[in-house]
Amino acid sequence: MSPIARKRLGKVALNAAGLLVFLFATFPVYWMVSTGFKENDQIFTTEFIPFPTHFTFEHFERVLTEGVANNSIWLYMRNSAVVALGTVLIGSAFALLSATAIARFRFKGRGAFLITLLIVQMLPSEGLLIPLYMMVKRVGLGDQLLGLIVTQVALTLPFGVWMLRTFVAAVPKSLEEAAWIDGASRLTTFWKVLFPLVAPGLVATSIFSFITAWNDLVFALYLMSGSEGYTMPVALQFFFGQEGVDWGAIMAGSTLMTIPVVVFFLFVQRRMVQGLTAGAVKG
Amino acid sequence: MANTTTVTRGRGSSPSPGHRRKDAGRVRASGMPAWSIPYLLLVPGLLVIAGLLLYPMVQLGIMSFQKVGLAQVRGTRPAEWVGLENFEKVLSNDIFWSALRNSLAFAFFGVSLTLILGTAVGVLLHRLGRKMSLFVVIGCMFAWAVPPVAQGVIWRSLFDAEAGIVNWALNLLPDWLAAPPDGQTSWSGTPWLNDTLPLYIALVICVVWAGFPFIAVSVLAGLKGIPAELYEAAKVDGSGAWHTFRKITLPMLRPVFAVLTMLSIIWDFKVFSQLYVLMNGPTNRDGFNLSMYAVAEAFRPPQKLGTGAAISIVLTIILLIITVFYVRQIVKQEEM
Repeated sequence: MSPIARKRLGKVALNAAGLLVFLFATFPVYWMVSTGFKENDQIFTTEFIPFPTHFTFEHFERVLTEGVANNSIWLYMRNSAVVALGTVLIGSAFALLSATAIARFRFKGRGAFLITLLIVQMLPSEGLLIPLYMMVKRVGLGDQLLGLIVTQVALTLPFGVWMLRTFVAAVPKSLEEAAWIDGASRLTTFWKVLFPLVAPGLVATSIFSFITAWNDLVFALYLMSGSEGYTMPVALQFFFGQEGVDWGAIMAGSTLMTIPVVVFFLFVQRRMVQGLTAGAVKG
Repeated sequence: MANTTTVTRGRGSSPSPGHRRKDAGRVRASGMPAWSIPYLLLVPGLLVIAGLLLYPMVQLGIMSFQKVGLAQVRGTRPAEWVGLENFEKVLSNDIFWSALRNSLAFAFFGVSLTLILGTAVGVLLHRLGRKMSLFVVIGCMFAWAVPPVAQGVIWRSLFDAEAGIVNWALNLLPDWLAAPPDGQTSWSGTPWLNDTLPLYIALVICVVWAGFPFIAVSVLAGLKGIPAELYEAAKVDGSGAWHTFRKITLPMLRPVFAVLTMLSIIWDFKVFSQLYVLMNGPTNRDGFNLSMYAVAEAFRPPQKLGTGAAISIVLTIILLIITVFYVRQIVKQEEM
């Protein structure tokens, strides 16, 4: 074989491998979405039906209008949204303050704080769940979404600060100094100069917190004892009924829950890689 | 409180040299000395970390030596100290040892397969053309972005006994490659998720599927950071592809792999949601891993938060050991 032909063959093989990886990554997601649009006789079969030949909105409609566990799915969606947005609002404000302190000042205990951040984000949340459950019940926040928000703020804050500090550090200090010289106070400088420039970073950390809180199963499952307070991940479990699994409904529900995550995720995945691997990846 | 002690500690000592030049003794219009500003900014973050992460961790340690049940949760009776009883109970329980074994074996296979596949895909992405590479990366993002609960749902459906396409695919294979289980003429109806081993095979596949994109993208970023001259030099010297990979790529990527390995171990040890969905809640005790066992012990009636805490302590210690290596690696590379 001539070198050129060999090179071309190698290229074809590479692209074929790429296509295979693409299919492996996306097929299960496709399966979830397409099952939600299949009629039951196409779902409950031992045959392989690659796409719904009888396309139906029946499952989505049923999930959205009938709900599960005595409540409408909208309540669970709303709960999930309240928890995720609450986590974002409180968490981002706190994260921005801490990140500014780390990125802008050299102070005693700074290194210790950074190392604490790295360590606490690796703690097992199932372990934290037990004492946090006691605390939340004791202060009367059990069964309240606020209790869930508080725990999610704690779980997302360390990585949020870690991620945001690089954004703050990237804003040239000279800009702020120029504002000081012009007589602006530190607070004005913060709002007028720093805040607009770190806004993209705030968006990135907010999306990260949103996704984490939106995805959480274990805290929502055990801090909430009544179905009124369930979030989407918990509510989905009820479609796995006693008499069998309602695959159409659960796939429709899972799709509804996945859509916002996928949309947001595409914006922040690069930042998440950088945050987690820190200096290990130079890219 | 943590924040007040930090502030007082800061007052006694002088601020770092760089700051003294500009800020020493300066009092802003707000009436606060300049050195106190970072500490004030840190107050909310420190309160959350100290109050909701570090304090609960201490509480967890205390609870592991106590008997904590429903009465203590309600606050009607104080917790009773039981010494090492919780740990003795846990360590003498077969479920603990099977959960530990499940966690270890799962972490081993999950992490190795995720790393191998992720690295292979990362190298592939590096060699693909720009457009094709982007196409594959976007595909991978979907797998990565799916929420853990939905991941569990998807793979539970793929491994479903009747309607799952895993059984369908196995039926397609010739019998010498994949013969149906004893007493069955076809794979249809084979329940994958009832027994521990097949359950964990499904879990490994699910977690590898969701986890390899992160590895691939990180490896790709690492590869882009290796100077092209190194590869050109290797080519001139007539080095083969595998040789180049071993002598240049691997050593250059060592810090990346160190971090990725540790992160993967930590994540796989903590895996909960996917297992919860695949095994249909904490039902099959033989299939528990450590996090599932801790939660089931603590929250399934009758609530035994003390023993649950003891199991969590074991899990936490394992994770802290790995975390120490992770932190060391990051500190080495970052200027902090």
